[in-house]
Amino acid sequence: MLVEFCQKLRNARIPVSVTEYLAMLEGLQHHIAGCSAEEFYYLCRVTLVKDEKYFDRFDKVFSAHFEGLDEWFEQLFGDIPEEWLAKQAELLLSDEEQRKIKTLGGWEALMKTLRDRLQQQADRHQGGSKWIGTAGTSPYGAYGFNPEGVRIGQDRSRNRRAVKVWDRREYRNLDDNVSLGTRNLKLALRPLRRFARQGALEELDLDDTIRATARNAGLLDIKMVPERHNAVKVLLFLDVGGSMDIHVRTCAELFSAARSEFKHLEYFYFHNFLYDFVWKDNRRRSIEQITLMEINNNNGRDNKLILVGDASIIPYEITIR
Amino acid sequence: MKTRFAGTDTYIATEDLMMAVNAAVNLARPLLVKGEPGTGKTQLAEEIAKALDRPLIYWHIKSTSKAQQGLYEYDAVARLRDSQLGDARVHDIANYIVKGKLWDAFDSELQPVLLIDEIDKADIEFPNDLLLELDRMEFFVYETQQRVLAKHRPIIVITSNNEKELPDAFLRRCFFHYIRFPDKATMERIVDVHFPGLKKRLLRDALEVFFDLREVPGLKKKPSTSELLDWIKLLMAEDIPREALRSDAPRTAIPPLHGALLKNEQDVHLFERLIFMNRRDAR
Repeated sequence: MLVEFCQKLRNARIPVSVTEYLAMLEGLQHHIAGCSAEEFYYLCRVTLVKDEKYFDRFDKVFSAHFEGLDEWFEQLFGDIPEEWLAKQAELLLSDEEQRKIKTLGGWEALMKTLRDRLQQQADRHQGGSKWIGTAGTSPYGAYGFNPEGVRIGQDRSRNRRAVKVWDRREYRNLDDNVSLGTRNLKLALRPLRRFARQGALEELDLDDTIRATARNAGLLDIKMVPERHNAVKVLLFLDVGGSMDIHVRTCAELFSAARSEFKHLEYFYFHNFLYDFVWKDNRRRSIEQITLMEINNNNGRDNKLILVGDASIIPYEITIR
Repeated sequence: MKTRFAGTDTYIATEDLMMAVNAAVNLARPLLVKGEPGTGKTQLAEEIAKALDRPLIYWHIKSTSKAQQGLYEYDAVARLRDSQLGDARVHDIANYIVKGKLWDAFDSELQPVLLIDEIDKADIEFPNDLLLELDRMEFFVYETQQRVLAKHRPIIVITSNNEKELPDAFLRRCFFHYIRFPDKATMERIVDVHFPGLKKRLLRDALEVFFDLREVPGLKKKPSTSELLDWIKLLMAEDIPREALRSDAPRTAIPPLHGALLKNEQDVHLFERLIFMNRRDAR
């Protein structure tokens, strides 16, 4: 049953490996998940899933695979022992009351009715009607012991929560919803960097110093290296206006990420397409224009070019003119 | 020695969190904890240590941290200096081996709780460099040809703010728990633990304002549990009357001392604009 479950998780593209499966079994063996469906669910989740973005998918698979798990656990652990019920009743009822019960058809009959009622309640509870509430009219209510009280030890959590934990789907928001923040963009931009040692001597090269000193029979021989810095030069072209309006926030984040990540960054704006000119200040785009020729001549071959755009034109720009 | 964790008198643990901690403690696996900032990830390790009565060893990770620093460091510069001065210590290399946090944890007489805080801050290779050490709980000191073995497998709690994806091989070895933002009932219990004398109604009003504020769309940094606790502390210190929280026209009044909840200039602006718009609409 559990192997199949893992297979289903894998089919849902949740990366579950043998290691994790074995860890879960180990957990079961150590009785970490006791005897409720909820604990079993939590144990499975903590051992099998390693990222909150899979939680929602996991919930769905779990719900589909273990349908009726609650009932199963109930069958296993939830049978109400008769002696226990009897004891409970004896505790609660006076002798006179117990005699009254006898007139209702005796203990056996009473227990049978009670169990039927409990069964009924379990079924009807899912429909949402409050069977217990109407129990006041039943003989049990009259003798002052509450069937709900008997039940409580068995599955309180079920009474309290109509919806099972895994059916609540609380992690829906987290599923593959990791938005691109400035930080993520920075990380994405990082591979573009090329470190190079250029310029003056700056840093103490500890490894080389030790090696040189050792070779020098212990006399200190200090070696220096130039500090590493990012040598990549970047030209960033951003499409603005029209269809790009909806991406403004993403662009702003990308821009601030790129600004802090590259030492040499030049940015330009364009609209729809790189025509013969671009500009640096959106408010003065008609006055301060920079021709592409100028950019071409001023920046050498070692520059990297990043174009940001959505490759589309908003329809009204074509139709209105 | 206790091995079951059920929260402490200053820390409310949800059912799934307890399960995660107990599974990690009993099966001796590191527990990776993620969650919104301010949901008590770091505090969890402190509370586990307190609840189970173990020493806590705190290893805070920075962007410059290296896995090797957690094991040991060879202070070559000190040795070099000593050699120039003709110090006798220089002949024994062991004098220049500086123990790291992991070594401390391995050496502890009592099974310790080791907190590796904000592992995502470090270089991408950092978790990979710790795989073997976390798996086998041993490492080798090359300088002194010494094998360091853990006396007891430490309980390891690792926190991450999700700034980097962690490598799969590392994740395989961990148990994972995501601390969800507490719902209203849990939040009430949390506040109750921190401010036992708080009036029920003030608490309910404050929570209402707080959860409303979290619903405001577009906030850069949503206020979290720690902000709420700070805010309530301020409310109590300033002795703000309950009525101030409960305005007749909701969504048109700025809650008192909102600076404790919103930490970002843009968020405050956004919030004030929204309030302003609501007022205009209400008129």
